[in-house]
Amino acid sequence: MTVKLNQVEPLTLQGQIAVPYTWWAGEVGSRFLIALRDEAKIIGNRCTRCNTVYVPPRKNCGSCFEDIDQFVEVSNEGIVSAHTVVRFKYPLQPANTPFAYALIHLDGADVSLAHIIKGDLDKLKNGVRVRARFKDRSERTGHILDIDSFQII
Amino acid sequence: MGSKHREIRGKNMARRVAIVGMGQTDHRSHRPDVNGREMIYEAVKRALDDCELSIHDIDAVIIGNMDHFESINYVDTWSVEGSGAFMKPIMKVTTGGTTGSSIAIAAYYHVASGLFDKVLAIGWEKNSESDTTAAIITCSDPVWDRFSYSGAIPSLATEASAYMKQYGATQEDAARVAVRDRTHALSNPHAHLRRPITIEDVMASPMLAHPIKLLDVCPRSDGAAAVVFAADGAAQKIAPRPAWIRACAVRHTYTWFGDVDYNAGLVSLQRASAEAYQRAGIRNPADEIDVAELYLPYSYAGLKWIEDLGFCGPGEGPGFIQDGHTDMGGKIPVNPSGGVISTNCIGATALLRVGEAAIQVMGKAGQRQVPDVEVALATGFGGCFWSDVLILGTTRP
Amino acid sequence: MDNIAIVGVAQTKYERRKKDKTYYDLVFEMTKGVLEDSGLTLEDIDNVITVSNDFLDGRTISSMAVGEAAGAWDKNISTVEGDGTFGAFYGAMRVLGGFNTTLVVAHSKGSEGDVKYITNGMFDPIFQRLLGLEAISASALQANAYMDRYGVREEGFAQVSVKNHANARNNPYAHLPMELTIDDVMRSQKISDPIKLLDCSPVSDGAAAIIIANEAHARKAKTKPVWIKGIAHCAEEYFLGDRDLANPKSLREAARRAYAMAGIADPFHSLDVVELYDAFSYMEPLWLEGLGLCNPGDGPKLLDDGITTMSGALPVNPSGGVLSSHALLVAGLARIIEAVLQLRGEAENRQVERARTALAHGINGPCGQSHCVWVLSTGK
Repeated sequence: MTVKLNQVEPLTLQGQIAVPYTWWAGEVGSRFLIALRDEAKIIGNRCTRCNTVYVPPRKNCGSCFEDIDQFVEVSNEGIVSAHTVVRFKYPLQPANTPFAYALIHLDGADVSLAHIIKGDLDKLKNGVRVRARFKDRSERTGHILDIDSFQII
Repeated sequence: MGSKHREIRGKNMARRVAIVGMGQTDHRSHRPDVNGREMIYEAVKRALDDCELSIHDIDAVIIGNMDHFESINYVDTWSVEGSGAFMKPIMKVTTGGTTGSSIAIAAYYHVASGLFDKVLAIGWEKNSESDTTAAIITCSDPVWDRFSYSGAIPSLATEASAYMKQYGATQEDAARVAVRDRTHALSNPHAHLRRPITIEDVMASPMLAHPIKLLDVCPRSDGAAAVVFAADGAAQKIAPRPAWIRACAVRHTYTWFGDVDYNAGLVSLQRASAEAYQRAGIRNPADEIDVAELYLPYSYAGLKWIEDLGFCGPGEGPGFIQDGHTDMGGKIPVNPSGGVISTNCIGATALLRVGEAAIQVMGKAGQRQVPDVEVALATGFGGCFWSDVLILGTTRP
Repeated sequence: MDNIAIVGVAQTKYERRKKDKTYYDLVFEMTKGVLEDSGLTLEDIDNVITVSNDFLDGRTISSMAVGEAAGAWDKNISTVEGDGTFGAFYGAMRVLGGFNTTLVVAHSKGSEGDVKYITNGMFDPIFQRLLGLEAISASALQANAYMDRYGVREEGFAQVSVKNHANARNNPYAHLPMELTIDDVMRSQKISDPIKLLDCSPVSDGAAAIIIANEAHARKAKTKPVWIKGIAHCAEEYFLGDRDLANPKSLREAARRAYAMAGIADPFHSLDVVELYDAFSYMEPLWLEGLGLCNPGDGPKLLDDGITTMSGALPVNPSGGVLSSHALLVAGLARIIEAVLQLRGEAENRQVERARTALAHGINGPCGQSHCVWVLSTGK
């Protein structure tokens, strides 16, 4: 184990295993994604015990630990509560750099939704108002990126 | 049947720990109605209801699954909303197929340490979300084992072949084990596979890797289990008949499949059970244990691993099964729940063995209850022929 | 809590790529190293906890690669998947729960995978992962929230990087000892605002191990025992948008519990040295606030006023911290190890004089969703 490798070149083996995944969104998650796809609407739900409106909606409230069954539509508009302009490139990014990630506090919700902002980055600061820009209906598939991005208004 | 007055050996100055409740989902091949977190929530709610506790009574959470089946990194922090761990300590324990029993043992130590009084152990898996074989192949060493000898079946087939050669066991002998477990599952409303099968069905099912056929092996399931552990003092207030942990032992031995001696029996189970029996003061397992929930991922295991557990001598497994000793009503019923051959949501599977053994001790096993249980055995299996063993009982140690 | 102590430590040098060592090799070396350090034998170790991550290793059941190497043949063993501080926590509970000793060993080779993909895997597959979030961009959101809440400036973070990389020059194990100026950091490549290259930790290969023992076995060891006085961990909400990223409440709670266990009412005055998990420069002041060592918003002032420098009243990260060496999972265990070396008086050029009580800290999950706090002392 502790043989010194000064006469042998350490070899490496490249490997890649394809393991495809298909995640169940569940009933609650599906309602959110279907509303994005079919209606260009953002829905959340409210825990009636602590009155928190969650976006995206959840099956249960994490702090009360009870089922949530009251769906509510929240606005497509809100304010940016945190953001970062991304300047490095890597393949899983949904947009060309520079673009921004933002936590967006939509009107009617009590928590923020994570999404992206592509344009007007020089105007981007916390507190600024943004509105969801949806893709065309033909491009929407029931995916978080059915919202193309949020735009500063 | 178990003796009430067995002396407990072992060096334990630590706190005594008991299981006081369990919940599980209804296991299925697919659960499209819930995402992973929500499925976990279901099991946790059922466990809390079972012992009439609120999540706010829980002091710590341990959770586990096999990562590559759902591809979620840091499952503990991801799970918080569904596992009830908001503003609590939560950690992830994962050891392949033995995950569920390792989680149970972790819960035991959380309480035995004195740091936590009521602890929730959660095992779960959403196998439908991935290609199970592709994911499990990654467990093998990428340089030495992965290209030639991996996935779950090949090593088990080697073990089965070696056993058949050594003792003359037959495919029908093994089929009998599968039939038993699948029959027991009919009394378990949570089990995944609930249609009875016959020896002929097993023999006619497609061959996967000789001598293992489709109906000799476990399915893959979506499901979750949650078990509540409590400290001496608290346990008695929660459950009228807590299931005390009398011993737990683990041997996760090999790294490479080629190192395994396929003629030596399941060494990890021999050693883990020897330690557990010694701690619990058990000398004659088949006589002193009232029920066993064994992690048998395939039928041949049911023949040979009971020998490793000392229920009978080497080569006597098939006879022991054929004589009905492991059926309901027999000397030592095995897998009243239907076992792994009926339900396999991997991260939960070994925890289900522990939980099912516990409800037998607690007298809460409903239609699958074995009468007068005082001592129960639960095992976990996984990885490279690894084993976990737990012994539970009605008598406070 | 019964008296339990850390009686052995070992760590590798942290570096970009350990091309000639497999995980097995690293864990074996650390197991041998920690036994040698403690003066105990393999027979004295009655159980093992390994710490590994399936994504990092590209192996499901990542523990399978290292059990034997950790000396666990025919022994009880388990595995925690998470930062090393959490693995060590389980190891401590096992000693409190009846074992004589636990050997805890963590390994990671970030060089063998793509860490951005691996940390992308932390994010919820349905709502967040497909946005491409990973550790750096998510942490940048936290840094942004922190700056916004309290008016903290980027220079306040940059000075942490300067301090810690300079401290690393005294640490023979460190990956990135560097002599920097604030200007160097401020002008370094922008990664994800406000995080710049020199605000980030590297990705290192490395491994580390400790041995935890009960009192009887602590006497058997040849080292000066370091007693575990308080240990706690706590997790907050998962979704980034559910959290108040500028308020590390789970850390606050974990610290509160650990201090209570250790009988500490005034941590600022009771602690002599702190080793915390600064994966990014902004994390040091933010976690100092969560640890109750200053008021919310005043984290950067501790360094402005020189308090957390090597010559200050409460040195933080004399080792150079995670900013200087970041082997995922190992880095939290390394914080414990550095704290132990300080309390033993074995920290050589990075020694804090008369260190009697130390705090070590690790994080798990995105943006420190979960924190583990250790309070260690030379006295029982």
